Amino acid sequence: MQKYILTRLLLMIPTLLGVAILIFLLLRVIPGDIVELRYAGTSSYVPQETIDQERALLGLNKPLWEQFWNWIAGILRFDFGTSMWTGRAITYEVAIRLELSLQLAMMATLIAVILSIPLGTLAALKQDTWVDYAIRIFSIAGLAMPSFWLGILMILALLILFQWLPPILFTSLWVDPVKNLSQMILPALAVGYRYSAVATRMTRSTMLEVMREDYMRTARAKGVRERFVVMRHGLQNAILPVVTVIGLEFAFLLGGLVVTEQVFNLNGIGQLFVQAVTRRDYTLTQGLVLLVSFVFIFVNFVIDLLYSFLDPRIRYQ
Amino acid sequence: MKRFIAFIALALVAAMATACAPAPTATPAPAPVPAPATATRAPAAPVAPTAVPATPTATARSGGELVFAVSDPPPRTYDAHQETTFALLHPASPHYSTLLRFDADNFPKIVGDVAESWTVSSDGLTYTFKIRPGIKFHDGSVLTSKDVLATYEKIIFASAGVASARKSAYAVVDKIEAPDDATMVFRLKYASASMLTNLASPWNYIYKADLLAKDPRYYEKNIMGTGPFRFVEYVAGSHWVGKKFEGYFVTGRPYLDGYKAVIITDTAARAAAIRGGQAMIEFRGFNPEATDTLVKALGDKVTVQKSPWTCNLTVTLNTEKKPFDDVRVRRALSLAIDRYEANRVLSKISLMGPVGGVLRPGAEFSATEAELTKLIGFSKDIDASRKEALRLLKEAGVPDGFAFTLTNRNIPEPYEPTGIFVIDQWRKVGLNVKQNAAPTYLNDLRAGNFEAGIDFACDHADEPDLQLLKFISVDKSSTNYARYKDPILDDLYNKQSRATDPKERAKFIRDFEKRVLDEQAYQFHILWWQRIIPHLTQVRGWKITPNHYINQDLRDIWLAASQ
Repeated sequence: MQKYILTRLLLMIPTLLGVAILIFLLLRVIPGDIVELRYAGTSSYVPQETIDQERALLGLNKPLWEQFWNWIAGILRFDFGTSMWTGRAITYEVAIRLELSLQLAMMATLIAVILSIPLGTLAALKQDTWVDYAIRIFSIAGLAMPSFWLGILMILALLILFQWLPPILFTSLWVDPVKNLSQMILPALAVGYRYSAVATRMTRSTMLEVMREDYMRTARAKGVRERFVVMRHGLQNAILPVVTVIGLEFAFLLGGLVVTEQVFNLNGIGQLFVQAVTRRDYTLTQGLVLLVSFVFIFVNFVIDLLYSFLDPRIRYQ
Repeated sequence: MKRFIAFIALALVAAMATACAPAPTATPAPAPVPAPATATRAPAAPVAPTAVPATPTATARSGGELVFAVSDPPPRTYDAHQETTFALLHPASPHYSTLLRFDADNFPKIVGDVAESWTVSSDGLTYTFKIRPGIKFHDGSVLTSKDVLATYEKIIFASAGVASARKSAYAVVDKIEAPDDATMVFRLKYASASMLTNLASPWNYIYKADLLAKDPRYYEKNIMGTGPFRFVEYVAGSHWVGKKFEGYFVTGRPYLDGYKAVIITDTAARAAAIRGGQAMIEFRGFNPEATDTLVKALGDKVTVQKSPWTCNLTVTLNTEKKPFDDVRVRRALSLAIDRYEANRVLSKISLMGPVGGVLRPGAEFSATEAELTKLIGFSKDIDASRKEALRLLKEAGVPDGFAFTLTNRNIPEPYEPTGIFVIDQWRKVGLNVKQNAAPTYLNDLRAGNFEAGIDFACDHADEPDLQLLKFISVDKSSTNYARYKDPILDDLYNKQSRATDPKERAKFIRDFEKRVLDEQAYQFHILWWQRIIPHLTQVRGWKITPNHYINQDLRDIWLAASQ
């Protein structure tokens, strides 16, 4: 097992290197660069000399291999560089947004888990009854509604009914929990609801499959209590694909909530990602892609380890 | 196995705890030393044409924090001398003063800011400014002409490694001097009609000479000015905070205790923030639809200010590509567009506003309606125009029209609806046009990798030197994307720029306008923009101007008791 974990950790390195090469090249395939965009704003008389000077300052006049090597060499020293747009360290840009994004991802995941596992299990147990239909309608509605659209509806409802809007500036949970939650609860509900819909349907279908297994019949025949049959023998075996879905969604939430963040004016990783890409901020985009890739790889790794915990039959060599 | 699971769990908890730790605060400037609380009285009755700006309104009251929305985060540096976006001016202008400024109540009148008065020599070659005494920086030090000199040396004669975005606008300046602490002199190579306008540029923040001497790039990451508000903090991507500077040189100003500029990138979220009272104003503007929604929801709690805008959209034709090298084709394309219909349709749904020529309608030197309607494409008889367009296309050898691509900016407002409108107009004379709204827009225009394109321009003032620059030869203007060389236009540009007699200047401008829009139709205007600012009625003392760069120091704004 130790060898397996070590191998998996080491395999992260070539994967991340591949991602690094790909994103570095893809960004530079697109014509134009940050300096052009920066001076395209409004004033119409920026001399070419200024543009060339800025390009040199950002290292954009160097050969591609040199730019790539400088970036990778920096990473090896844990120096992720500075954003070409803001001029601040990428670690700083990420750090001030990570708390918000991580909290939102965790809250949305919590809401999704609280909703999906009981509802999915209940729907499977009450298959083809009104309870099942109601839960299916609830989950299909969640799938059909984009979370940002639900967010817009929530905001409009609050504005029209109460002339109230959640705070637009982020306050840390550790500084003022009430203010923090009053800002975060709505986006967490909007995202968590959609997220729960996916997990509810997954829980229901895997539970239905597990319920038909021989060991479930055997457990019941042995006189095991129904609650124990469902929880211990049913849910524990049905949960593996659900854990996979929840894990991957969690990783996605860290950087993929662009529109939801815009709607609720959340200064998170998703908005930073879009700003970095639209401004051709090479260094920041590269840093963010690496971060998100690392999160995905790491979450996958953790899920794989959880498999063996949840299902003792699974052993890694 | 359990040990490994425990290890993974611990690692996860540790990672999350690290990430959830309180975020570091932004990288503010080194804390400025608070200035003494005594305000310096503005000098009385300065020599004409300057004036101490606006006297307090009887009902104005002090106190409160203005919260306003900004649609974009500030750019890479805090140095307005090298930046070009309003996203810096809106949060940062309250920290600074300029040599001259526009009087928002009497736009485009220019008044002194740190300049108390000025004189211009009879030959128009020497501008001498007297600097107001007793102006203090936020660290308590006194501003002198040395600071103004250092500022303009940085802008005009930028040292190596320091960018200056508007250096070329001051090519007329031969040298600058500060003979004593209260006097600043600009010596020009030739008389320039736009000199005062350029010196009132909102981008020309006055910096402190000592700081620039130590580090010419100091102002890229730090704030230290003489404006009405001190810098408190900028939290990246979130908000920017300023606090009242008690030592500000205009007595009784500012009224506000402070301000907070909140970055809200989504248009609907900005409107919702105003509707929900989380923001009081947004200074760039909303389109008519969003404004109507706010008015309907808030009634008299919202006030709407409107103005024409010194921004426009033009069609630019790549004269290096066939058939746009043929003047008949270019003229036909201009003739096919009904600008008055564009105004009627687009002004209801977008920022697009009035019909105009090379200068904003209503501005000094702009064409009168009679002059404008004589130019091809600007006639009100669209049927006759389109008939002429068809005739020209036939004469150019393309009687059945042709197909081409219109390169457009991938920004919805106001580019996309305008692109759609223009394409529809061209279809009426048999042209088959596709729109390409790609992120490579600007690069395509600069590289000449386009056939026809929608181009834009925004300036801080109605000044022909600024607005006509785009239309002179490509080797003299980096934003002439039509890529032509026209010595006649270059000559007319220089003549109007050096003409000190307004009548003479107007004549050169009319000739320039006729050549670029009518005779050659290299590039032609579609519409000018309209600026609409809906804000909470509680916000008082701010008057809209025809651009979103000026009147942003917030010193005259005050907050009425909330309704």
